[in-house]
Amino acid sequence: MTKDKFEPRIIGYLCNWCSYAGADLAGVSRFQYPTNIRVIRMMCSGRLDPVVILETFIRGADGIMVGGCHIGDCHYMDGNHHAQRKIWLTHAIMERAGFDPARLRLEWISASEGDRFAEVVSELTDQLTKMGPSPIKGEKPDLEVLERIRAAQRVVEDFRIRALISKEYKLTTEGNVYGEVLEEDYIKDTILEAMDAEYTRNQILMETTDKAMSVKEIASAIDVPSPAVLNHVVRLRQKNLLTLASIDETTPKYKAMGGGM
Amino acid sequence: MADKAIGAVMVVGGGIAGIQSALDLADGGFRVYVIERSPSIGGVMAQLDKTFPTNDCSMCILAPKLVDAGRHPNIDLKILSEVTGFKGKPGNFKVEITRKTLSVDLDKCTGCGECAEICPVEGTNPFDENLGVRKAIYVPFPQAVPLVYTIDRSMCIGCGECERFCGPNAIVYDMEETVTESIKVGAVILAPGFEEFDPSKLTAYGYKDYPNVVTSIEFERMMSASGPTGGHILSPLDGRIPEKVAFLHCIGSRDSSLGITYCSSVCCMYSLKEAIIAQEHTPGLKTHLFAMDFRAVGKQFEDYRIRAEEELGIKITKNNRIGSIEEDPVTRKLTIRYIEGDHILDEEFDMVVLGVGLRPPINGDYLARTFGVELNEHGFTAHSTFKPLETNVPGVFVAGAFRSPKDIPDTVAEASGAAALAAAVVVEGRGDLVTEIEYPEERDVEGQEPRIGVFVCHCGTNIGGVVDVPGVTEYARGLPGVVFADDNLYTCSADTNKYIANMIKDHDLNRVIVASCTPRTHEPLFRQTLKEAGLNPYLFEMANIRDHCSWIHMHEPNEATEKSKDLVRMTVSKARLLEPLVKPRIPITPRALVIGGGLSGMTAALEISEQGFEVDLIEKTNALGGNLRRVTHSITGEKPQDILKETIAAINERKLITLHTGTEIETLTGYMGNFDVTLKDGAVLKVGAIVVASGAIEYKPTEYYYGRNPNVITQLELEEEMTKGAFAPKNVIIIQCVGARDENHHNCSRICCTTSMKNAIALKKANPNTNVYIIYKDIRTYGFNEDSYLEAARLGVVFARYSDESKPRLSYTKKGLVFRVFDRFTNTEITIAPDLVVLNAATHPDPKNKVLAGLLKVPLTQEGYFLEAHMKLRPVEFATDGIFACGLALGPKFISESINQATAAAGKVAAVLSKDFAEAEANTAEVDSEICTGCGTCIQVCPYSAIERGEDRKAVVNAVLCKGCGTCVATCPELAIDIHHYSNEQLYQQAIALIKNGGGA
Repeated sequence: MTKDKFEPRIIGYLCNWCSYAGADLAGVSRFQYPTNIRVIRMMCSGRLDPVVILETFIRGADGIMVGGCHIGDCHYMDGNHHAQRKIWLTHAIMERAGFDPARLRLEWISASEGDRFAEVVSELTDQLTKMGPSPIKGEKPDLEVLERIRAAQRVVEDFRIRALISKEYKLTTEGNVYGEVLEEDYIKDTILEAMDAEYTRNQILMETTDKAMSVKEIASAIDVPSPAVLNHVVRLRQKNLLTLASIDETTPKYKAMGGGM
Repeated sequence: MADKAIGAVMVVGGGIAGIQSALDLADGGFRVYVIERSPSIGGVMAQLDKTFPTNDCSMCILAPKLVDAGRHPNIDLKILSEVTGFKGKPGNFKVEITRKTLSVDLDKCTGCGECAEICPVEGTNPFDENLGVRKAIYVPFPQAVPLVYTIDRSMCIGCGECERFCGPNAIVYDMEETVTESIKVGAVILAPGFEEFDPSKLTAYGYKDYPNVVTSIEFERMMSASGPTGGHILSPLDGRIPEKVAFLHCIGSRDSSLGITYCSSVCCMYSLKEAIIAQEHTPGLKTHLFAMDFRAVGKQFEDYRIRAEEELGIKITKNNRIGSIEEDPVTRKLTIRYIEGDHILDEEFDMVVLGVGLRPPINGDYLARTFGVELNEHGFTAHSTFKPLETNVPGVFVAGAFRSPKDIPDTVAEASGAAALAAAVVVEGRGDLVTEIEYPEERDVEGQEPRIGVFVCHCGTNIGGVVDVPGVTEYARGLPGVVFADDNLYTCSADTNKYIANMIKDHDLNRVIVASCTPRTHEPLFRQTLKEAGLNPYLFEMANIRDHCSWIHMHEPNEATEKSKDLVRMTVSKARLLEPLVKPRIPITPRALVIGGGLSGMTAALEISEQGFEVDLIEKTNALGGNLRRVTHSITGEKPQDILKETIAAINERKLITLHTGTEIETLTGYMGNFDVTLKDGAVLKVGAIVVASGAIEYKPTEYYYGRNPNVITQLELEEEMTKGAFAPKNVIIIQCVGARDENHHNCSRICCTTSMKNAIALKKANPNTNVYIIYKDIRTYGFNEDSYLEAARLGVVFARYSDESKPRLSYTKKGLVFRVFDRFTNTEITIAPDLVVLNAATHPDPKNKVLAGLLKVPLTQEGYFLEAHMKLRPVEFATDGIFACGLALGPKFISESINQATAAAGKVAAVLSKDFAEAEANTAEVDSEICTGCGTCIQVCPYSAIERGEDRKAVVNAVLCKGCGTCVATCPELAIDIHHYSNEQLYQQAIALIKNGGGA
C-alpha cells in the first residue's frame, strides 16, 4: 500500500443470522473486496445503539456499516425495524451536527447474498476513500466537529429522544393507546423537532460549561436564532441544568451547572 | 422388561421434513439416525432462493436448522446412505443401512476445501440444476452439513492431486465402495421428499431444445444470489437479461394425458413467488402467469397474490392450459398462444418457465417395498383422513411430500407430527440412548487476571496460503493478557482440540481464542473443548480470519496479514472482558393445558397423554367436538360422527386427561414450564406448556337472502339436511367464496372447494337426476382433492366461473328463486331456477381470539387468526416458548391437516415436558435497577415478552425468556440495560482495538 493513498477504516456491525452469514458466504465464494472493513458480530442489528455508533466515530472510524436481515427476515421478529429507525435517527443527528451521514451505512444482506456483501463493501470503501479521512479522527481532529458530535451523542443518550424513537415502530404499525395508527411522517417530524431542540440545548450547555454567556453570545456561537436560544435557556433553567451566573448591566449571563443532561 | 422399546428412531430423508422430525425427537430425549442419500442434508429447500408468502431467504432460515442437526449430540447423520433391509416390530426394528464411501474418510475431513481448489476436473453441478460448475471432489453447496467433501466417481479421473493436498489425510482411494451396518430403532419416519417432474418428454414445450425454456427449479437457482448466475436472471441462450418471462402452470400436474391427475399444490404459489422475485431482481421485467385455476390456498396467500397483481402488475391469465411453445428460429423468442375472453392471442416472450409438478420420490417404490408400506394410485403413500401420518405398517410413519405434494409449513407440521407419533411408540426408551457427556467441574475464574490463549489456524493453505500465520501468532503473543499462542494446521481437528484442552491446563488459561473460520459453524465445537477442559464455554471467542480475511483478500497477503492481526487484537480486547455465563435452568411442571375441545384440541390432548403426561383440556361449550359435530360424511368414506364418538370416549377414558367443559380461562400468568391458570369456574391449574386449539367459526352470510329464504342454506347446514333423508332437491346451486376472497375478507378458506365436491358427489350419488351447479372463482382442489373435482365432473356436476366484475345474482320472485351468472369460461350468461342454494360460507376467525391472545400475550394476524412464530418453519409454535397452536385457530384447514398440526403441537409439548428443566440463552439482557425509572419502553420492544415490571414498577428481564437480541439495550431511554456477551463495553473495546494502530488498513 502506498503511503499517499488514503485507506479508510471501516467498522462493520453485523447481525449474526443474516449479514454476518452473508459475509461468510462472500468468503466461501471467494468474492474479493477491499481490506478496509473490520467486522464486529452482534446477535441482532436491533442491538446497535446510536450512542455506540457515534462513539465508534469519536474513536476514529472513517465509516460504519451496519448489516441486518432483510425486513421480514429478522431472527428476532422485528429487531431490524428498530435498527432501521435508530439508523434514521443517527443519520439525522449526524446531518444536524455537520458530520456527513454518508459515513454511516445501513444495509440488509441475507445469508445468501455474499456477492452483495462484497459489492456493498467495495462501494462503501470507494465512497469513503473519496470522502477522505473522518474530520474527527487522528492526531489533529477538527475540535469543533468533535464537540458537535459529542453534543449529538448526548442527544441520542437523552431520555426523550430514545423513548420517542423506540416507540415509533409500534405507533406507526400497531397504533397508540387510543387505537390510532400514526402517520410515519407525523411521528418522524415530532422526533426531528425533539432532536433539534435537544441538540441545541446540549450545544448551549457545552458552550457555557467554562464561561457564562448571554443569549446573544450563545446564539452567535452556535448559529441559532436568539429567540430559539432564549426558549431553550428557559427550559434548561427549569430543569436546573443552567444557572443565571451574573447580570451584565441589562444582559443576563448563563452558565451550565455541570454534568450532562 | 424383555421387550422394552428402543429409544431410537430412524428418519429416512434429510430434507426439511427429516431435519424437523430429527430435531424434535432428539430434543425429546431420543436417539435419531437420519439416512440421507446425497452428501448433505437440506433437500430441495436448500436450493430455493426465497419462500412464499413472506419472501424469506430460504437458506437464511434453513441453515441454522442444518447446523443444529449437524451438531446435535443425539442425531447421527448418515449421508450417502440408503436403507437396504427392514425387519422387526414396533418398538424393536432392525434396519440395514448401506453407505457409499466414495474414498473420503468422513471422520477426518475438516471441510477445508483444498482438495476442490486443486482438483483439475470440472463438471456441472446438479445442486445448481447443472447450470453451475463444480469439481470432481465437492460439497454440494457451501452451507452443506456435514461439511465433508465427496468424490464424484463419474467425474474423477484418479489423478491423485487431492490426496496429495489433503492435510488431514482424509482421502483414501482404495476404500471399500460400500459399508453396510445394522441399526436398531423403535420407529421409523419416511421423509424422502419428492422428485421434480421431468418435462423433457413433453416435446411440445421444447425443453432442452429451446434454450430459453427452463424449469421452475432451474429458474430458482438463477434467482439465488449464491446460484450459478449470482442472482441475475440471464437467458441461457446468450446471457442477455430477459424483458418478458412467461410462467406455465401444471406442467406434469392435472394432466390426464400423462396419467398424472392430481394437483401439485405448490406450483401456483412458487410460480408467483418466482415472478415477484424476478421482477424485483430485474427492473422493467414483465411476467405473465398462465394457469387453469390460481390456487392460493394457504395462510395469507391471497394477500400475496393481490399484492403481486395490483402493486407489481404481474399478469395472471386463468382458464388456460398452454399446450405448446413456438420458438422463432431466428430471434429465438418464444410464442405462447392463449385464450382471453373470446379472443385467441399470441404473445412473445424472452423466456418461459415451466412450473413443473411434484412426483413421488425417485426411491419411493423401493422404500415402499422395503418397508411394506402401501402406496396410493398416484404413487404416494396411502393414509386415512383421521390417521394421516400413519401407514399400514405400525411404527412406520410418513411426513412431507412423500404423503402428497405440499408446501414447507405443512411439511414441517407433518414432520413434527410424525415425530410425536414415533415418540409415542418408543416413549419407554426415552433417555436410554441419548449422549450425556460428563464434564469436569468448572474452574472458578472469578477475579483472576485474564490469561488468554490464542490458537491461530492455517486451515491447510486456506489461511496459511495468504496470511502469515506464524507472524500473526507471534503478534498475538505480545498482546496484553495473552500468555500463550500457537499456530495449528487444522484447529478444528480432533487432535488439535485435545491439544487446546491440554494447553488450557498446562498454562492455566482462563480465556481462549481461536483465530480461524466463522463462529457460526465452529463456535459450538470449541466451546465444547473448553467445557471438557473445565472452563466455562463463554470464556471463548473467535477471530474470523478466513471467511472475512484470507478468502476475500487472496491477492493482498500483506494487507490480509495486517487485517488478521487487527482481528486477533479485537478479539483479545473482547476476551479480556468475557465473563463466565450459565444458561438459566427453568424447572418444568410436567402437565399441559389444551384450550379447545374440538378435533384439534382432543387430538393434542390424547397425543400428549400418549407420551405419559397429564393434560387439562378446557372447552368453552358443554360438549366436545367443535365444528366436527356438524360434519356428517367424508370424501374417503369414513364416518366422521363415529370417529368423533370414539375420540370423545377415548378422552373420557384417559386417566391422564382432566376435562373442564363450560368454562374458559380467567387469568393466565407465568412462562414456559410454569404457567399459572385460573378458570372462570374457579379451578386453579399449574401447567408447563399450553396448546391453543380454539378453532374457528362458520361465516354467517348476509348475501343471497340467507336467513330470509329457507331455500338458501350454508354448506354445513346442507350436510345436516342430507342426513335427515327425504331430501331430494332438483336444482342445487352451490356458490363458492361467500365471505372469502371478497373486499372484506381477502383470504381463501382452503377447504370449501373440496367440500363442495364432496357434497355435490353425494347429492349426485343419492339421486343422479339432481342438477348440481358449482359457481366458482377458481377451483382449488389442491393435491389429491383434485380426484374429487374429476369425480364430480364425471358425475355431471356443472361448473360456471364468475369473477369479481360479474358476481352471481340471486333474485327472489313469487315463482321462487332465480339465479343468474355470467360464466367466464364459456362467456355466456346462465339463468337457473334453483330450489336450493347452498352458500359455501367461509371459515372465519373466532372474534374471541382477541381475548385469548391478550391473555397469552401472543399475536394475531390482521384477519384475526393466531399468528405462528414463523410462517414456514415454526407452523405450530409461538415466539413465546412453551405455547403452541394448531388447527383452525391458525387458519382454515382440512381435518387431516388439523390432526397433523395437533399431533405436532402435542409432540412439541411432550418434548418440553419430558425434561426436568429447560435451558435458556445465556447471553441475556440485564436491567440496572439503580438507573431504571420504570418507563416501560423496553417492555414494548421485547419480542418475547421477556421483560416485566417488578414490584417497584422497575423493569426486570426474565432471563428464562430472553433470547439475547439486545434490542432493549439500544432502546432503554435511561441506558439502564446491558447484555451479557455483547455488552456496550465489549463493543467499544472491539471497536477501539480495531481502530487503534489503524491509520489505514
